[in-house]
Amino acid sequence: MSVNLRNIALFAALAVLYLGTAMIYGWNLTLTIVNMGLISAVMALGVNMQWGYAGLFNIGIMGFVALGGLAVVLVSMPPVGEAWAAGGVRLIFGLLVGAASMVAAVLVWSKLPKGRVRGLALLAVLIVGFTLYSMVFDPAVRAVEAVNPSSTGYLGGLGLPVLLAWPAGGALAAGAAWLIGKTALGLRSDYLAIATLGISEIVLALLKNEDWLARGVKNVTGLPRPVPFEVNLQQNPAFVAWARDWGLDLATTSSIVVKLSYAGLFLVVLLALVWLVETAWRSPWGRMMRAIRDNEVSAAAMGKDVTRRHLQIFVLGSAVCGMAGAMMTTLDGQLTPGTYQPLRYTFLIWVMVVVGGSGNNWGSVLGGFLIWWLWVMVEPIGQNVLSVVTMGLADGSWLKSHLTDAAAHMRLLTMGIILLLVLRFSPRGLIPEK
Amino acid sequence: MDILNAIVALLNFVIIPGAAYGAQLALGALGVTLVYGILRFSNFAHGDTMAFGTAMTIIVTWGLLALGISFGPLPTALLALPFGIGLTALLVLGTDRLVYRFYRKVKAAPVILVMVSMGVMFVMNGITRFIIGVNEINFTDGERFIINAREFREATGLAEGLAFRTTQGITLVVAVIAVAALFWFLNRTRTGKSMRAFSDNEDLALLSGINPERVVAVTWIIVAALATTAGVLYGLDKSFKAFTYFQLLLPIFASAVVGGLGNPLGAIAGGFVIAFSEVTVTYAWKKVLTYLLPADWAPAGLVQLMGTDYKFAVSFAILVIVLLIKPTGIFKGKSL
Repeated sequence: MSVNLRNIALFAALAVLYLGTAMIYGWNLTLTIVNMGLISAVMALGVNMQWGYAGLFNIGIMGFVALGGLAVVLVSMPPVGEAWAAGGVRLIFGLLVGAASMVAAVLVWSKLPKGRVRGLALLAVLIVGFTLYSMVFDPAVRAVEAVNPSSTGYLGGLGLPVLLAWPAGGALAAGAAWLIGKTALGLRSDYLAIATLGISEIVLALLKNEDWLARGVKNVTGLPRPVPFEVNLQQNPAFVAWARDWGLDLATTSSIVVKLSYAGLFLVVLLALVWLVETAWRSPWGRMMRAIRDNEVSAAAMGKDVTRRHLQIFVLGSAVCGMAGAMMTTLDGQLTPGTYQPLRYTFLIWVMVVVGGSGNNWGSVLGGFLIWWLWVMVEPIGQNVLSVVTMGLADGSWLKSHLTDAAAHMRLLTMGIILLLVLRFSPRGLIPEK
Repeated sequence: MDILNAIVALLNFVIIPGAAYGAQLALGALGVTLVYGILRFSNFAHGDTMAFGTAMTIIVTWGLLALGISFGPLPTALLALPFGIGLTALLVLGTDRLVYRFYRKVKAAPVILVMVSMGVMFVMNGITRFIIGVNEINFTDGERFIINAREFREATGLAEGLAFRTTQGITLVVAVIAVAALFWFLNRTRTGKSMRAFSDNEDLALLSGINPERVVAVTWIIVAALATTAGVLYGLDKSFKAFTYFQLLLPIFASAVVGGLGNPLGAIAGGFVIAFSEVTVTYAWKKVLTYLLPADWAPAGLVQLMGTDYKFAVSFAILVIVLLIKPTGIFKGKSL
């Protein structure tokens, strides 16, 4: 980013916005917004890699974010020994059988000559494969889910440090992105959009229904944390003494310290990513990506493999989203598949990228913080506005209660209108690409 | 072995629901395909256009019922449908005027228009929720069944009952009428022909004096009619909930792509392909197989390939297979 006055002023305005929030609502709440703002900025960074650098339209961000969340459970939760004993190995074996029959089907399709034999052989492989798979897999799932269903009923994770889950979340999302990109890239640009929309719905369906994996809608709570618990801080004599010296309230201070440590971790990730992406962008690789984005035909004529490069950046961008998803689940301390909404995890991120300035990393960071703040604040503001508007109406009138209830939906409308206005009147966003 | 009962069970649980769902998807996919053919972008706001149209129709239905008007044995919503279509047409024409027209003028890339349609989707979704809320609404009235399961059992003496709901019958009849009218319009009228010409070759159409703005406006009105009809039929058959309509986007797009984007005939075929695959894959075949197989061969499990929660995975899998093997769809669409 060229360090110019305009950009500095924009970030200064953002700082003032957050400081103002801290003055009115206190530091505790503000830091909560800051932490999610940092995570949103990472997500926006990932989407910006895909959209701003390659013009790829991904509307399945929610799916990749959710995969990151799943990675946290799979990496950091302790394994459930009883469940593994009850049918863990058999379950894994069942999955392998399923995968093997898919591979066999693909082999039959690609190796056998075209004709009726191929069709029949494919059908036979699929039927036999599916029967074997359900014979091995279904009883194992029932056995695993029967183990103490109110508290576990799943296989658990690997019991590794939770910070390892962040790169793991990125890897999981990258794998899914590779599968999607392999099928949909190289075709019309809208196909990738439709395919990503599909994969995100399926990832969510998997998370909600496969109880053996991550307990489904029963949620996994009490995930390990990379920072100390508030309670432990409050019992730590050194901390208590320190807080007393400064004359601070113990409960609030401990909560702020915990949030600050999260913010520190997230900030390290964000800055490292920005640095990596900026460096890559100035390298010959970045020059090639720009050339491809600006004119695919001429880049292809120069011998660049456009589809391959698109696949590369699509996978990388999705990995960043997956990592952000893992960070978010770590922050929440629980995986709740029921709370993933496309509106919140896909479209909001898009608004951040577009408003911040597509193709500019610092723009994404700015957009992430700004739009997240708006997202949190629009509802109370909308309620205030509506209560002023409806002041003249009698209490309990139909229109008044309808309008007050509808305030909750103001967010959708506001975000949509912001997106449309920015796309129309300032398509380059707040911090345009150089 | 009991073939008659098996056929009745198959009709009851697979063929009739599949046909009704297929007709609803086909109407939805027709709207998507028309926008794609004429305006040349994938309209992600289509699901929410359906939701808006249905919400409008529901409100008019309530109004009619409050006035004491009903449609006898048929659902009152059918009377309200033209009003719903009119209001939705106003909304999409307004959207075109305020939003899409600018991008047409600057000849923006299709992917920008897709993104803009996402913004429109947001706004429409917000408006719908603002007007009617997020709760599930049932707005069917009139006669519930054309063929009642119990009466069917008594009349035929079969063990298996056959239920044919009024909403399913209406879906099929209305869909046939809508599709026939659409094809008549596209193939026989002057405006319809100019639309097809515009879709085939924009420059040539402009040269021969076709007014593009008029073609676009007519397209939007037809799309509004198709979307509202599809939405109302789906809502009558199941129930209305704003979020469900957003989720319908995936099967609708899959239908349009499977048939070949931009090809109306393909959209209809695609709708039925997706609907029947979804129903057959998520149906528990135990009952039918028990009738068909000898007694001691009867399956122990449900013989269900996939839980109903994964029905989106079916449309998605079909979509992926089509993209891998034949990206232009069954009927050659405009893709690629």
